[in-house]
Amino acid sequence: MNWLSQIFAIAAFNLRSIPERKGAALSATVGIAGVAAVLVGVLAIAQGFRRSMTASGTPDTAIILRAGADSEMTSSLSRDEIRLISDAPGIARDTSGAMASAELFVIIDLPKRSTGTSANVPLRGVGSAAFEVRGDITMVQGRRFELGRNEVIVGAGAARAFAGLDVGQRIKIGMNTWDIVGTFTAGGGLAESEIWTDAAVLQPAYNRPEGCQSVYAKLTSPEAYDAFKDALTTNPQLKVKVGRLSEHYAEQSTATTDFITTIGVFIASMMALGALFGALNTMYGAVAARTREIATLRALGFGSGPVIISVLTESLVLALIGGLVGAGLAYAAFDGYQAATMNFQTFSQVTFAFAVTAPLVFTAVIGAAALGLIGGLLPAFRAARMPIAAALRESA
Amino acid sequence: MKYLGLIWSNLKRRKLRTTLTVLSIFVAFLLFAFLFAIKEAFTAGVRIADADRLIVRHKVSLIQTLPVSYTQRIANIPGIEAVTHMTWFGGIYQEPKNFFASMPVLPENFFDLYPEYSLPAEATVLWAKTRNGAIIGRVLADRFKWKVGDRIPLTSPIWGEPKGATAWEFEVCGIFDTTKKGADTSGLYFRYDFFDEARERGKGEVGWFTVRAHDAKDAAAVAEKIDAEFANSPYETKAEPEGAFAAGFAQQVGDIGAIMVAVLSAVFFTILLVAGNTMSQSVRERTEELGVLKAMGFSNGLILVLVLAESCVIAVLGGVAGLALAWGILQAGNPAPALLPVFYVPNQALTTGAVLVIALGIVVGALPALAAMRLRTAEALRRNG
Amino acid sequence: MTPLVQIKDVTKTFHRGSEDVHVLAGLDLTVAKGEFLALMGPSGSGKSTLLNLIGGLDRPTKGSVSIGDERVDQLSDRALAAWRARHVGFVFQFYNLMPVLNAQRNVELPLLLTHLGKKERREHAETALKVVGLSHRLKHYPRTLSGGEQQRVGIARAIVTDPTILLCDEPTGDLDRKSGDEILTLLQTLNQDQGKTIIMVTHDPHASARASRIVHLDKGQLSTAQPA
Repeated sequence: MNWLSQIFAIAAFNLRSIPERKGAALSATVGIAGVAAVLVGVLAIAQGFRRSMTASGTPDTAIILRAGADSEMTSSLSRDEIRLISDAPGIARDTSGAMASAELFVIIDLPKRSTGTSANVPLRGVGSAAFEVRGDITMVQGRRFELGRNEVIVGAGAARAFAGLDVGQRIKIGMNTWDIVGTFTAGGGLAESEIWTDAAVLQPAYNRPEGCQSVYAKLTSPEAYDAFKDALTTNPQLKVKVGRLSEHYAEQSTATTDFITTIGVFIASMMALGALFGALNTMYGAVAARTREIATLRALGFGSGPVIISVLTESLVLALIGGLVGAGLAYAAFDGYQAATMNFQTFSQVTFAFAVTAPLVFTAVIGAAALGLIGGLLPAFRAARMPIAAALRESA
Repeated sequence: MKYLGLIWSNLKRRKLRTTLTVLSIFVAFLLFAFLFAIKEAFTAGVRIADADRLIVRHKVSLIQTLPVSYTQRIANIPGIEAVTHMTWFGGIYQEPKNFFASMPVLPENFFDLYPEYSLPAEATVLWAKTRNGAIIGRVLADRFKWKVGDRIPLTSPIWGEPKGATAWEFEVCGIFDTTKKGADTSGLYFRYDFFDEARERGKGEVGWFTVRAHDAKDAAAVAEKIDAEFANSPYETKAEPEGAFAAGFAQQVGDIGAIMVAVLSAVFFTILLVAGNTMSQSVRERTEELGVLKAMGFSNGLILVLVLAESCVIAVLGGVAGLALAWGILQAGNPAPALLPVFYVPNQALTTGAVLVIALGIVVGALPALAAMRLRTAEALRRNG
Repeated sequence: MTPLVQIKDVTKTFHRGSEDVHVLAGLDLTVAKGEFLALMGPSGSGKSTLLNLIGGLDRPTKGSVSIGDERVDQLSDRALAAWRARHVGFVFQFYNLMPVLNAQRNVELPLLLTHLGKKERREHAETALKVVGLSHRLKHYPRTLSGGEQQRVGIARAIVTDPTILLCDEPTGDLDRKSGDEILTLLQTLNQDQGKTIIMVTHDPHASARASRIVHLDKGQLSTAQPA
């Protein structure tokens, strides 16, 4: 028999005997399934969060902040500066003028629907061109707010996560009351966690009569970005920081995403270690239980190479089953699950959905396979190196 | 007791298998302790909050400032023993990832409101004399190896540059410690008078007030009085007991507790299966020996206890080692002060863990022990008959 | 001679699937104190079953089993265990020693069920091993002992509690001629010098020749023969 058919023969024999050792096989598989499920589940949080943060960052949109500001909250731009920015080359224009929106970002306190405790909800005052600049805002209920009025529209994520944000209700902020007139989606992006209103109405309410914190500008094309940025940063009358919106979002989500990922990987690694011990136990047990059989095969002339590979195959098959089952469970249980958490960098809530992505599932399955291989390696070598005569005498 | 030798010898029967089982239990409990520590990191604030301490902030949100003039007005409200204020400075040391909390405070009564922190007497004197002086917490000092006399430059995106300089420079006057487990010593506190004089914008504004009521029982009533005092003014307040404030904060991050329970359940279920399988196998291999013991006169009850004891010994070896290692690692120091300023294994985790260890031992051993107990002696000695 | 073991009209039936197998049928047997009895018979004749009944490892379907004044067939499981610990020593064909314990600790095993302290247990075990001639092998593990030595440890274990009867199931079945003879000599010594009552199941005529009485079992019934 050549090498390959030897492997197949032994492997098939091994796999067929698995039902006899159900308990051990099951425990290894379940162990690995558990690791896969937890890894996928926790990383789905990080993925979902990041997706929410970056979904609507297009390469032809730019965000301008004060130089040295690390987020909108710590930035401020005066009316003159806003005018200079809007006149820069590269900004797309339509019939109403430059597609640039000067915006104000504040936080208000609203109770979370799930716990009733307060949360920092972002309230954004936008310029009249905001909808054109973003390009992906769609009203799903009600209508847009009218400029100049105390009206707000609520992002779909915010409406889901926080209490008191249904169309028709009113919110009281300080001395002002605002009507909720609509709900919107933004392609799954960050805006869905926010409440929007006219910046011009928000400014006086927050004692900022002139000036905003940021400008969002739509460029004529992604290539126009460099010229646009140069024009602004070389202008001696401006002290600003320019960035592509997509990069800005990615950067704003780094701290929280990294935090979740770090903890998630830590947990999954420890579980993987535990599962590895379980897998080793199972495979050593499997080899020990079949000492005489393996010795017989070798006495008959099967080489040790095929013996090793067949043990590894068995371990791999069990682990892959575990990995797929675990990832599958995680997908069924978690994908799309709505949640909200605080973005440390902006100190405000971000709503997101757990995202069990294909790369994530792939990673989990690869990890499971690795566990299977490592768990089977040492037992496989032991099986191949047992002195045949002694093994034949040993009782099962 | 006298059977320990027998139990121990049986465990040594297949050293590799026993070791691997103990190791997987070890990992499970190590994880258990760490997860508890992470949860504690988020919720410690709630637990250690003083019942008679209130936090008074701007009603609309924490990031809005309040006028410093409120200090005296709050102090005048009946039922209040002491008032101080703090402000979020948001200082960055060299680069954002070195982040730690920094706040201007009132040195004269900061420690009255926060008695859980202690500062050596000479540091208090030095701080009063040094205008740009700052005190730093033990965790912070350890993290950057700072000592009294060191100069620390911070930039503040929120407050901008100080008058006449490009960065805020502070001189370390002392290191404060705490005796209360869970209190945060990762912050830097400096003088409000220096802050107000040097800042270019927002003069006269503070972040929030910490208030101590005469009597913890009156805390809720006092909170209401404070809010009533400032109702319908341009700066309305929300006063709440410190515990509630901390709880709201923890909740903002998410339901850490639920996530932890879910993960730990998955872990323990898996361990149970793995260890349980090992025990069953081990008992099945020993059918004949168990029969011999019974023939010798070991009663069924005794056999049951011996097998249970075996699984408990495995569980205890792995579980206690795992709990102890996690506790030891975090006791030696905080390995991730940037991520989790407060990071230790709470006592509750240790006691709950110990209970779970025993429970695991019993559950894992139960079925195999029952099977061993029920063995028909004559059949077990299968070569006899 | 005073009767020690009295078996009256004992029947033992096993259920194999849907059939009933009568391994022992209406059997009577009396064994006197100090006897060395050999139970012989072909395979399947029920001799091991009979031994199990005498040793309290199983109960008869019908009939009575008395050892001394005790109606063994009527004791509860727990009482039986305690009774066995006090009154019976077993010697098995395949020795059945605990591989994880050395010779001395194997012999100490039954003593764990008594109230003796650690030192006393050790002394008793050492004495028993001296009787069987293995003082030089106290700390050896079974895997380093020959078949004959292992069986001697088994006998030491069986006598260490000074039981009322010694039950041996094919004690020389796995041994070569020389070792087997040594074992049988040992058993004879225990019987003649120390007055131990021994009941031995065997199919080997050389073994049964050492006994003081032989009974034959065939298809669940007894027939007696005088020693040759």
